[in-house]
Amino acid sequence: MENTEESRSIRTDLSGIAVKAFGYLFIGFFSLCCLLPFLLVLGTSFTSEGMIKKHGFNFWPREFSTFAYKIVFENPDLMIGSYLVTMGITIVGTAAGLFIVAMTGYALQRPDFGYRNGISFFIYFTTLFSGGLVPFYLLMTQYLSLKDNYLAVLLPGLLSPFLIIMMKSFVRSIPHAITESAKIDGAGDFTIFMKLILPMTTPALATIGLFIALGYWNEWYNSMLFLSPDMDYRPLQLFLYNVVTSADFIRNSAAASNVELRDMPLESMKMATAVVATGPVILFYPFVQRYFIKGITVGAVKG
Amino acid sequence: MAAIVERALESKQQKQQRLSAGRLRRFWNNKTLLIMCLPAIAFFIIFAYLPMPGLYLAFINYNYSDGIFKSPFVAFDNFRFLVMNGDLWRLSFNTVAYNLVFITLGNVLQIMVAILLNEIRKKWFKKVTQTIMFLPHFISAVLIGLIAYNILSYDYGYLNGVLQSLGMEPVKTYSNPSIWPFIIVLTFLWQSTGYGSIVYFAAIMGLDNEIIEASEIDGANAFQRIIYIILPWLKPTFIILMLFSLGGILKGNFGLFFNLVGANNTALYATTDIIETYVFRSLMTNFNFSIGSAVSLYQSVFGFIIVITVNWLVRKASPENSLF
Repeated sequence: MENTEESRSIRTDLSGIAVKAFGYLFIGFFSLCCLLPFLLVLGTSFTSEGMIKKHGFNFWPREFSTFAYKIVFENPDLMIGSYLVTMGITIVGTAAGLFIVAMTGYALQRPDFGYRNGISFFIYFTTLFSGGLVPFYLLMTQYLSLKDNYLAVLLPGLLSPFLIIMMKSFVRSIPHAITESAKIDGAGDFTIFMKLILPMTTPALATIGLFIALGYWNEWYNSMLFLSPDMDYRPLQLFLYNVVTSADFIRNSAAASNVELRDMPLESMKMATAVVATGPVILFYPFVQRYFIKGITVGAVKG
Repeated sequence: MAAIVERALESKQQKQQRLSAGRLRRFWNNKTLLIMCLPAIAFFIIFAYLPMPGLYLAFINYNYSDGIFKSPFVAFDNFRFLVMNGDLWRLSFNTVAYNLVFITLGNVLQIMVAILLNEIRKKWFKKVTQTIMFLPHFISAVLIGLIAYNILSYDYGYLNGVLQSLGMEPVKTYSNPSIWPFIIVLTFLWQSTGYGSIVYFAAIMGLDNEIIEASEIDGANAFQRIIYIILPWLKPTFIILMLFSLGGILKGNFGLFFNLVGANNTALYATTDIIETYVFRSLMTNFNFSIGSAVSLYQSVFGFIIVITVNWLVRKASPENSLF
């Protein structure tokens, strides 16, 4: 392998070198653009408020300070509460959603399931036509009474047509003969799914589970719609949203941490909250990235 | 004669019996699989189908005290209102124009990144850059808004810091609508390019290496390889992806627009207001449920027509890729 590379590179003319050089430059530059904003947030979160007021946001703290983090954790109850809420929703939602998606995906992929086309279309149709935000909001708040209820965040995130289609594509790679022979041995459909199919689809389950979990961790839309800002423990992203946009919130946390309002590190506190809320995802994601890649490439091939 | 009719009737009855027996048997044989689908069916009934009749709101003048059933029926007045005051046109234009730019520039950049990544031989470089380019896709829309603020804020933004150190005037980004299309498009590209390039990269990986080698033996250089082999190879993927995104051309990315622009920044609406943000405001700020529903209904109906058309086109181009 090394050898052919060598001989190839000797034969390549200027255009090969040009393309490669441009490739390294462009990809390097674009990656830098993707990375720098994160460093800016990180740097700002460690900068003293006085320096921010004087020099603005910067990558490297001119005056290192952890005051913002102190304030964020001064109200440990709020932050830890938010963490626990988001983690709870993520764990319960991912487990339940994954189970339902896997079950549905398997059933809809069974060639001998008489209603598969009907149900597939029933699910798919929801991507083509929707009632829109207002009826959804009225349904959730007036008819299901889910206002200020964590279920309003948990339930709508359980599944999506996209994930079911993805599961179908994964299951398709398992030969139907396995199901058939198990049926001959007298196993019921649900047993086959639990005992045979689930263990065989662990990579698929990891991928789909990660998609659901990421969705819950980053969830802010339903939280913002259905959970009121004066709830004690908000999901993490709503907490971040309130820190970023709400002056009331800053005032309250100033009072709670016994700091004069004018001494509150307003700007660096926003950034520190962002770091605390997003840190886990960024640290965790390089290890699971390949599952997402698999999901995208499978999902792109239509269901 | 009567006998014949009688026989015909009888056989019809029998047929029906047989049919319903078959139906019953089909149901019985499939019952476990059907039960396995029930949670998902219930989910979509509740969260997707139940709201649909609510679009009736678009035809009434909803007020809170009368509720849905007693509020006065106004037929198409809400739509007339939206057309007359120009809102519908502005929203459609913004939504479609942004999406067209997103689709075009997005695909071009994604293809470019995929091809260049493929040219890069250093494994570590490829891995590290891919991971980094992927990163923006994994963060919440709220953080994206904060990052934009970090760069663009008038008082402390990084951009103004740089401008001032160069002796230039700071810019008031958050009150200048004309630069927002650029900011929004750049942010979109920033967030989606790494993620979107994966599909193209996977497609290039699927290209038979022998073809590349044969072209090299024939003396094709790197440019020629890209232009005559890789790009044509990516063409079907590109067409399919583009057509699918065209199907969603009336759907806006609420999270991106809402968090970049802010909830109440009226100064920027001219260039940043899309269907989703308008509907959101009509619900949460103006409490005008009927107008919001009218816009949603318009969006759903036209979106539906566009998807059907696009699918028809896909089926003509490559039947195995069509959705239905």
